[in-house]
Amino acid sequence: MALFLTISFSSIATGIHTWLAGTMQNEMLVKITEMAIAGISLLLFLVPLCFFLGYMERKVAAFMQIRLGPNRVGPKGSLQIVADTIKLLLKEGLTPTASDKFLFNLAPMIVVVTSMLVMAPIAFAKDFQIWDLSIGVLYVSSVSSIAVIGILMAGWSSYNKYSLLGAMRSGAQIVSYELSVGLSLISIVILTGSLRMSDIVMSQENGWWIFKGHIPVLISFVIFVIASTAEINRAPFDLAEAEQELTAGFHTEYSGMKFAMFLLAEYINLFVVSAIGATLFLGGWMPFHIGHWEAFNHIMDFIPSSLWFFGKTFAIIFIIMQFRWTFPRLRVDQLLTLEWKYLLPISMVNVLFVTVMAIMGWHF
Amino acid sequence: MSLLGEPELTEEGEFVINIGPQHPSTHGVLHLKVWLDGETIKKIQPHLGYIHRSIEKMSESLSYRNFIYATSRMDYLSAHINNQACALTVEKGLQIEAPPRAQAIRILMAELTRLSSHQLWWGCTGLDLGAVTPFFYAFRERELIMEIMEETCGARLTQNYSVPGGVMYDVHPNFQNRVKDVMKQVKSRFREYEEALTGNVIFEQRTKGVGYLSAEDAISFGCTGPTARASGVSCDIRKWFPYDGYDKLQFDEIIMTGGDSYTRYMVRMEEMKQSVAIIEQLIDNIPEGDFQAKTKMVIKLPKGEFYQRVETARGELGVYIVSDGAASPYRIKYRSPNFSNLSALSHMATGAKIGDLVAIMATIDLVIPDVDR
Amino acid sequence: MFLKDYFVTIYKSVGSLLKGMKVTGYYFTHPKEIQTQEYPDNRATLQMFDRFKGEVVMPHDENNEHRCTGCQACEIACPNGTIKIITKQELQPDGKKKKAIDTFVYHLELCTMCNMCVTACPSDAIKMAQTFEHSVYDKRQLKKVLNAPGSKLMEGVE
Ligand code: SF4
Ligand code: SF4
Repeated sequence: MALFLTISFSSIATGIHTWLAGTMQNEMLVKITEMAIAGISLLLFLVPLCFFLGYMERKVAAFMQIRLGPNRVGPKGSLQIVADTIKLLLKEGLTPTASDKFLFNLAPMIVVVTSMLVMAPIAFAKDFQIWDLSIGVLYVSSVSSIAVIGILMAGWSSYNKYSLLGAMRSGAQIVSYELSVGLSLISIVILTGSLRMSDIVMSQENGWWIFKGHIPVLISFVIFVIASTAEINRAPFDLAEAEQELTAGFHTEYSGMKFAMFLLAEYINLFVVSAIGATLFLGGWMPFHIGHWEAFNHIMDFIPSSLWFFGKTFAIIFIIMQFRWTFPRLRVDQLLTLEWKYLLPISMVNVLFVTVMAIMGWHF
Repeated sequence: MSLLGEPELTEEGEFVINIGPQHPSTHGVLHLKVWLDGETIKKIQPHLGYIHRSIEKMSESLSYRNFIYATSRMDYLSAHINNQACALTVEKGLQIEAPPRAQAIRILMAELTRLSSHQLWWGCTGLDLGAVTPFFYAFRERELIMEIMEETCGARLTQNYSVPGGVMYDVHPNFQNRVKDVMKQVKSRFREYEEALTGNVIFEQRTKGVGYLSAEDAISFGCTGPTARASGVSCDIRKWFPYDGYDKLQFDEIIMTGGDSYTRYMVRMEEMKQSVAIIEQLIDNIPEGDFQAKTKMVIKLPKGEFYQRVETARGELGVYIVSDGAASPYRIKYRSPNFSNLSALSHMATGAKIGDLVAIMATIDLVIPDVDR
Repeated sequence: MFLKDYFVTIYKSVGSLLKGMKVTGYYFTHPKEIQTQEYPDNRATLQMFDRFKGEVVMPHDENNEHRCTGCQACEIACPNGTIKIITKQELQPDGKKKKAIDTFVYHLELCTMCNMCVTACPSDAIKMAQTFEHSVYDKRQLKKVLNAPGSKLMEGVE
């Protein structure tokens, strides 16, 4: 156990790097091999993650709904999702005759790939990051907006009126909620003065932004959670799917593996959004530190940084899940009212406050 | 124009979607043809007949004792009240009255049915608006009422408990205690219902001002029940044409004037409380005596026409029997509340969004087998 | 006063949303409120109500005797032809012929559990059983003969 704790993710990563650099002379080759390793381990990480998120969602929903949830396959039903995935794999992937077949098959790929791309700048643990690029925050907010193209594509190519309505809703929704997400991210960028994810995490060494940044950062955190729930099309903002109105919205016509891809993307998005929120507002892998209480900070450092990261991420995921299982769905015009009349003006004023705070140095 | 009087070609920019017969929010096999302009509804045409079982025609070949069971399958959420209506009509024809004990039991069962029906409706309304969780809370309390039914009537949904002259058998010895327990629980949950759904700002936004129905329109469409009472039309049969001793009970007819989905919701929420009040008045005062009046083995109604109306959970149910003196009815006609309430849907939903249509359907509380019969 | 309204709206809305989350949060943290009954696992303890209408049965006593006289009142009372009674003429010891039941056919697939047959029976020969696991793979298995083979009428039942 002690051994396990001392081996951190970063030491594994450095170890692999030194070993590769030692065996291969060509630096290019080392880079490429490392990329391949990163990609494969990301995939290997994502699939169990999505299984777990699916299981968690069902259990959370069940407990809130005074049910037991899945409890048949595997211990406490934990393999239910695996069974469901196998079922989906074996199902016929139907392509409607009248659909635009190329786009129809491309759409789920685009949705999944974009959601995976956003994983790149996330710091999972101390010094453990796939790509610490200098414009991390910008990269996240721009890449994640590509997903809407996939959804529009799916809705349009399905040749189904329900799908089309769902896709159109989703277009309006994602484009408008992006503004709020962007503005709430900017408030942290202003305080940190850097777009680099690692800089943002390091800046929270003496306290997370949500504590250091007083009420304005708290407000941007709330706005971030609300707006990103909308951006990833989850209830109460799941108008693009809106089961009770549009049967299944943009993925009405999808079945089998292609449907599973949308599901996969949904869970990856959920994780990514929560991870970004945890990184920017709750300090990412940074343990809970209070100013100059050296002893306390030292004890906190003993908890592995990856645990801190995942703990915070799953806390946000839980909140988003609770939203889904508590609230009714908004109507399409109310959705836009919420964004343009409430979230956007508030976050704009909020950014102003944050700027003043940053200039005057009113934060800790 | 086609046979159904609907324009076959749509205007520029308009398109038609078929909501139902299989759709998550039509609660059964209702088929709505909806003309849309973007998300705005221009016109709705309900298509019926997917679950027509010709209960009325079938009843013509059944005896006066036997035709009652089929009415449990009309509005299956008010099954007991439907049975009661038929039994009352036959009693009217025979010019007998059920003994006081039978009447009290019938009212108790009817109010329990109303309560459970409204609870199911509450859950479904949440479900239709996208909040899945209230559905389960509603079912928890409904299950308790279903257990009362099961213990006394032997069935949970299709009880067939009312027979001409009274009820089929006496209540179970446990009945009173169980009902009192359940009422305590049900009452304690009302607050939770309010916290979970009624007060929720999203819910209010989704229902307030949605699907307005004026009092005049409610009357002209023949709406009854909570749907009409939310528009300010006083139409509670229990008050206007009391049957089975409703006139001896203290309860309020809930009338509100908003006319929108939120008001319809509130009317039903208040009605649940009234039902609890009725049950609590009666549960300790069930008169002693017979639970069934003596009737002949083969019932024959005298020549003539008999009509009886009752208040089901959804509105006025009328049973109209034409008798030619034989052992089975010559003609039976049910005036079902859902059919009339459905006819107002198109009027209410025109100009609304698709999301509103779901909210309106939920608050009219349609039961499709009752529309088609 | 626009601004005041604006903030009051926000305050109230957030309050109402939190109230809803309190309810779901309560149930999430109180697993003892869970209502699920794990049905096939609780078969041993599952108790149906004694009036529960599961299927029509004809009780036989230890001498393989039932109480059905073959009067066909149940057949007439049944609204949907679920019961078919085939009678025969039986020679009594005193030489007289008497109507007796040959087979009591009961179609479970048609039965609506309305209880009319049980109330109609003048000699309490049939009753409702509390079984409910009726599903079978072949519809023909649902056609049942209620009187046991070789059974006969109980003494003294008219
Ligand atoms: S319970 Fe009803 S349907 Fe079934 S056999 Fe008896 S009378 Fe017929
Ligand atoms: S079961 Fe009862 S009613 Fe039916 S034939 Fe036998 S004795 Fe008559």
